[in-house]
Amino acid sequence: MKPTFRALLAGTAMVLAGGTANAETLRLLTWGGYAPEDVIAAFEAEYPDIDVEVTLSNNEEMIAKLRATGGTGFDLAQPSHDRVYAAQLEYNIYKPLDLSQINTDAMTPNLLEGVKANTTIEGEVYSVPHQWGTSGVMANMKEAPEVAGWNDLCDEQYAGRTSMRLRRTILLGTAYGMGMDPFALYADPEGYQDMLDQVTEKLIACKSVIKTYWSGGDDLSALMLSGEVVVSETWDSTAFKLYGENPDIVFVPPETGALAWIDTFTIPRGGEADDAAYKWINFVLRPEITKMMSASTGAIAAVPNGIDLMPDDKKAAISAAFDQEDLDNLKFFANIPPGIEDMEGLALERIKAAN
Amino acid sequence: MSRDAGRLSLILLFTPFALWILLLIILPQIGIGYVSIREKVGINTYEYGFKNYFDFITEPVYRNTLLRTAWMSILVTALALVIGFPIAWYIAKIARERSRAALFLMCLIPLWVSDLVRAYGWIVLLRETGVISMTLVKWGIISQPIEMLYNDMTVIIGLVYTVILFMIVPLVSTLQGMDDALLEAGYNLGGSRVTVFRRIIVPYAMPGIVAGCIITFMLTAGSYLTPILLGGKNSSWFTEQIYNQFITRYNWESGSAFGVSLLVFTSFVVWAGLRLTGQSLATTVAKE
Repeated sequence: MKPTFRALLAGTAMVLAGGTANAETLRLLTWGGYAPEDVIAAFEAEYPDIDVEVTLSNNEEMIAKLRATGGTGFDLAQPSHDRVYAAQLEYNIYKPLDLSQINTDAMTPNLLEGVKANTTIEGEVYSVPHQWGTSGVMANMKEAPEVAGWNDLCDEQYAGRTSMRLRRTILLGTAYGMGMDPFALYADPEGYQDMLDQVTEKLIACKSVIKTYWSGGDDLSALMLSGEVVVSETWDSTAFKLYGENPDIVFVPPETGALAWIDTFTIPRGGEADDAAYKWINFVLRPEITKMMSASTGAIAAVPNGIDLMPDDKKAAISAAFDQEDLDNLKFFANIPPGIEDMEGLALERIKAAN
Repeated sequence: MSRDAGRLSLILLFTPFALWILLLIILPQIGIGYVSIREKVGINTYEYGFKNYFDFITEPVYRNTLLRTAWMSILVTALALVIGFPIAWYIAKIARERSRAALFLMCLIPLWVSDLVRAYGWIVLLRETGVISMTLVKWGIISQPIEMLYNDMTVIIGLVYTVILFMIVPLVSTLQGMDDALLEAGYNLGGSRVTVFRRIIVPYAMPGIVAGCIITFMLTAGSYLTPILLGGKNSSWFTEQIYNQFITRYNWESGSAFGVSLLVFTSFVVWAGLRLTGQSLATTVAKE
């Protein structure tokens, strides 16, 4: 009995050891669409010893997951550029990047510098850019041709036919629509609370105009395509997708400037496959892979000719939406100081609970 | 020797249960309770106290949402009982032996599909451009499509649909044990249908009613997906607030306080419900 048992144990140990030595696993924590099957297949074909595992998430859940595990469990995360600094300061969930391992020459210089500036703590850089896009308004041009900005979401003439996502983006957009500059108020908590109170009042009054709050891209697509909603807050990528199905639905960069985000590459503190992570970063920034990636995400790659690398239908949607003036007027999300999200959270709950 | 073996087998049998209770129920609750009395005073600095609970009580948004959730859960429980009782009665007493299993299975089938898919099923049916609205327009019963989604009524319908099985199963199992002779005796003694129902059937079915009500109430008050997906711009649900505290506000301390409050409050509602109806767990659920 005993020798058999020992042999079994040894066999198991060998299988386990062999398993870890041969195949490295790259555990990605990313957004829906950011790890399409064809890109993973191409990556695994080039690096046969790396297995890619994908977990889909969003900004808030990425931070919550990594906070709960102390930054372990994943090897590469993709939070937005404004969500790295405070999370790192408070929860210490990421580790600095080794920029010499990353082909930063492939990235758009101003986006790279912007993300670096946002995510440098004590001289260490934590993130580099991957894809960027904007939040703004989308409108069905047949029914709502005059839509120009955030304020149209609360316009009585579209009563019962507008929608928004009840998250921080709409608070910021509404503030811009009311002529305030939320990013300038970040440093002044009292001023920011005052702004939030005004925005809360406006959005509560707005509830009679709104049909419902959407919660995800699929939800929003169904509302727009069925014609139940004609004006909505949106991510531009969702609007670009819908443009392919109904060219009346276009993305309208608000006159006060579309809010721009950059999704980054950031390595969790407990990541166990840094080499594989760097390989993935460099791999997906190659022009031919970028094209496949952008077709799936609908967002624009942070490479110099990112827009040219979009599929044709998305390129048409982008040129229908943006002109150079809109692009110059983009408002990039500023780093969120600790504590701001708690204030915004209470404002959002007050809006949701009001009648 | 044999006594030792008996004790050993008892311990072995009991261990998985004890581990389950300890590791998955008691320890997490203690953890949540511990986090809930931590107050955040700055980055990575904490003090201990009951500020989180104080904030919960003083902010009307949270208080009202909890009361609203409890009230709607009670409504759902009552509806599930009213709708579920005749179904259970039919399965247990009227249906023939052979069709009983089939009927029971038909009640179970919706449970094989995930909550999410069931909620989307309701969305497809009830939305403004959905199946019901469009059919009514086509038949000329209404002239304009109507929106049946995104209100409290939809949430209640969806929840009743989700939890009704947990009402039916305990009811069927208690009613099946009832001897039909009891009913005959009741009628023979001159009881009307109402009297027989009130004096014989309900008291006999009480263990099933109490068990079913407690399960459906707890499931409803703790549900997350259905209220979020079917609810509209005004339907807040307390579990959503807990999610918001943990995930969007990074405020685990106050989220934990909310979690403890939900547990305490729902337990209180169950206790009050038992008290008001003059029942106790010992004479109903735990009855021999």
